[in-house]
Amino acid sequence: MRRQIEGARGVAETVAACRPHVVCAYPITPQTHIVEGLGVLVKTGALAPCEFVNVESEFAAMSVAIGASAAGARAYTATAGQGLLFMCEALYNTSGLGLPVVMTVANRAIGAPINIWNDHSDAMSQRDSGWIQLYAETNQEAMDLHLQAFRLAEELSVPVMVCLDGFVLTHAVEPLAVPDQAAVDAFLPPYAPRQVLDPDAPLSIGAMVGPEAFTEVRYLAFHRQLEALRRIPEIAADFAARFGRDSGGLLHTYRCDGARTIVLAMGSVLGTLKDTVDELRAQGEPVGVVGLTSFRPFPMEAVREALGGAERVIVLERAFAAGVGGIVSADVHTALAGLDRRRHTVVAGLGGRPVTRASLRAMLADALAGRLGPLTFLDLDHDLVKRELERVRRHHRSGPAAENILRDIGTVAAGPH
Amino acid sequence: METQEIRYFQVGSRAVGNRLLDPGRRTAQADPERANALTCGHRACQGCGEALGARYVVDAALRASAGRLVAVNATGCLEVFSTPYPESSWQLPWLHSLFGNAPAVATGVAAALRATGRDDIRVLAQGGDGGTVDIGFGCLSGMFERDDDVLYICYDNEAYMNTGVQRSGATPPAARTMTTQAVGDEPGNPFGQGKNLPLIAMAHGIGYVATATVADLRDLEYKVTKAMGKRGARYLHVLVPCPLGWGSAPGLTLQVARLATQTGLFPVFEAERGEVTSATRIRRHAPVEEYLRLQKRYAHLFSPERLDGVIGKLQDQADRNIARFGLLDGDDAGPSAGPGATVTTGPAATRDEEIR
Repeated sequence: MRRQIEGARGVAETVAACRPHVVCAYPITPQTHIVEGLGVLVKTGALAPCEFVNVESEFAAMSVAIGASAAGARAYTATAGQGLLFMCEALYNTSGLGLPVVMTVANRAIGAPINIWNDHSDAMSQRDSGWIQLYAETNQEAMDLHLQAFRLAEELSVPVMVCLDGFVLTHAVEPLAVPDQAAVDAFLPPYAPRQVLDPDAPLSIGAMVGPEAFTEVRYLAFHRQLEALRRIPEIAADFAARFGRDSGGLLHTYRCDGARTIVLAMGSVLGTLKDTVDELRAQGEPVGVVGLTSFRPFPMEAVREALGGAERVIVLERAFAAGVGGIVSADVHTALAGLDRRRHTVVAGLGGRPVTRASLRAMLADALAGRLGPLTFLDLDHDLVKRELERVRRHHRSGPAAENILRDIGTVAAGPH
Repeated sequence: METQEIRYFQVGSRAVGNRLLDPGRRTAQADPERANALTCGHRACQGCGEALGARYVVDAALRASAGRLVAVNATGCLEVFSTPYPESSWQLPWLHSLFGNAPAVATGVAAALRATGRDDIRVLAQGGDGGTVDIGFGCLSGMFERDDDVLYICYDNEAYMNTGVQRSGATPPAARTMTTQAVGDEPGNPFGQGKNLPLIAMAHGIGYVATATVADLRDLEYKVTKAMGKRGARYLHVLVPCPLGWGSAPGLTLQVARLATQTGLFPVFEAERGEVTSATRIRRHAPVEEYLRLQKRYAHLFSPERLDGVIGKLQDQADRNIARFGLLDGDDAGPSAGPGATVTTGPAATRDEEIR
């Protein structure tokens, strides 16, 4: 039964239905409503038995989750942006120890400059942390992915982060279906740890591993993520059979039959992209969309198969690698190795800049007309950039770039009083 | 702690204590059924105060919890020398995560045990001074503030020893470390306000805070046992000399620790909810110089020339501690009024001299 609720609330209620034993809460926009929602559910006894721990930092949040998981409890936390970076050391520790923690990341830009709005730079910065990364297109999918995430994590002993676009999804109010508790219990069995701190069977966890064994331990982490490539579609299929809707999986295609140009993207932008592609298809243009759900592990074969038929591939990204260009693009290009295709990277929506249908229409028009270069920053204001570059060229003490640009836009007062 | 009067006649021996006591009053270490949680084969240095302290602490905690205990360890000497892959010295469930998160990880373990109906199992967290006073400070404060059910032990050897003796927030003034070398106008660690973790723990108002050293192992066991009898956040700060880092002879670890207390530099006390509840009186008041001379980390105070000003400032610090905690109050000739002391009769003064 669907209720008109905020995306964050939907996630909170779904996570509660997954029966976590320990929820670690530290506030950071735009995920805070998730942990607030869970706090109420624990305090009123709706979610029990569960310990809701208000921690003193995101580093503490992940650390509390590590301790809880190692002691045999199902552990959960949520974060975004700067918070994800603050727990970076602990992220690697969780995956390195093989603890099946599930975490929601409400994707938010990484500063400086400080920015609370949506892009993928936070999760992208942790793409090598050993965590599985699943990106939701919609709030319903985000909720559903949490169920699948707990099951996947606990089967493989790999932590999973479920990414959903901050504000765009978390703060959208729409009709959402929180899965029924009985159905969740049937889908997600109680946590049976592969390793646990137990006085009846004492063991040491977290030993130092030297050159003689480190490679093998790390290889197993690599191998487990390859296992995930197999399990993710299987778990998604089981979910579909039980809950009657498609959520998750490695990727999904939209109108790719006969598509000569395909745009690959992740997250909420897929909605706008599909609307744009519908318009073009109505005009007879053979354009399609690949929505990537599993970014880590990266489904090389599935991506190659989905994109292989197109002559032109555009990767639309919500982050970029300074000094290089696209991040997702790099993996897509690897998937397309040996295939002669026109390849484009379009970086869009940084720091919450809306990605509009008009902009996507123009991007596709450029692509179809052969005007799209290999790397484009969508909706970049070249004039603003030129002005700052000129300022830097003229004065050594040109001042902080962000403030200069904001002043040019008129957001801050122009110069000292 | 209850005391028992015994008669001890053997002069020149250190084998005093347990075998003369009622079995019920003996230490956990005297018990052949002891857990031996930190078993032999670890790689600690000869004379390591931390290895000694940890063995006493964890076995006492295991006895107090009837074997139902989980330990969380920060990165540091104890963690490194006890778990050289593929071996482990630990004979209890033991988790090492990161350097700065032992208090938070322990909080997580305690939360998990409570949520899964197993909070008969107790949680012990261990870290060195670096992991406690510096990098783990935020997490420790959070654990205190929430009053999480964790007993946190800080093994204080007054520097980052495992990485080669670098200064920490717990390094005493004038001490030589690799990042506060004995050169320049102010050789060794500068004089600052210090960072007194036991007092900071008291300021958090938690239910039990105590200091101890490896010089008085019965007192250490007593305090661990007492702490285990309580719930909520508890903190025990144990001074553990490091022969390598302090430049002291491995065989003098206990003596150096004892001098730290007998000079007043390291006050031994207990506190509950922010109030000091007991302080162990100094039995034989020693000048700080007696303590400093045993450690090469203070060698620059005596050679090539005496830095009387610095020695004087350290003496002032010791005297302030004595005044603050009343460490010389009361009748000097009588037995110590503090807890954890075995009452003995006999030529105590002579025995102390002979130990020296």
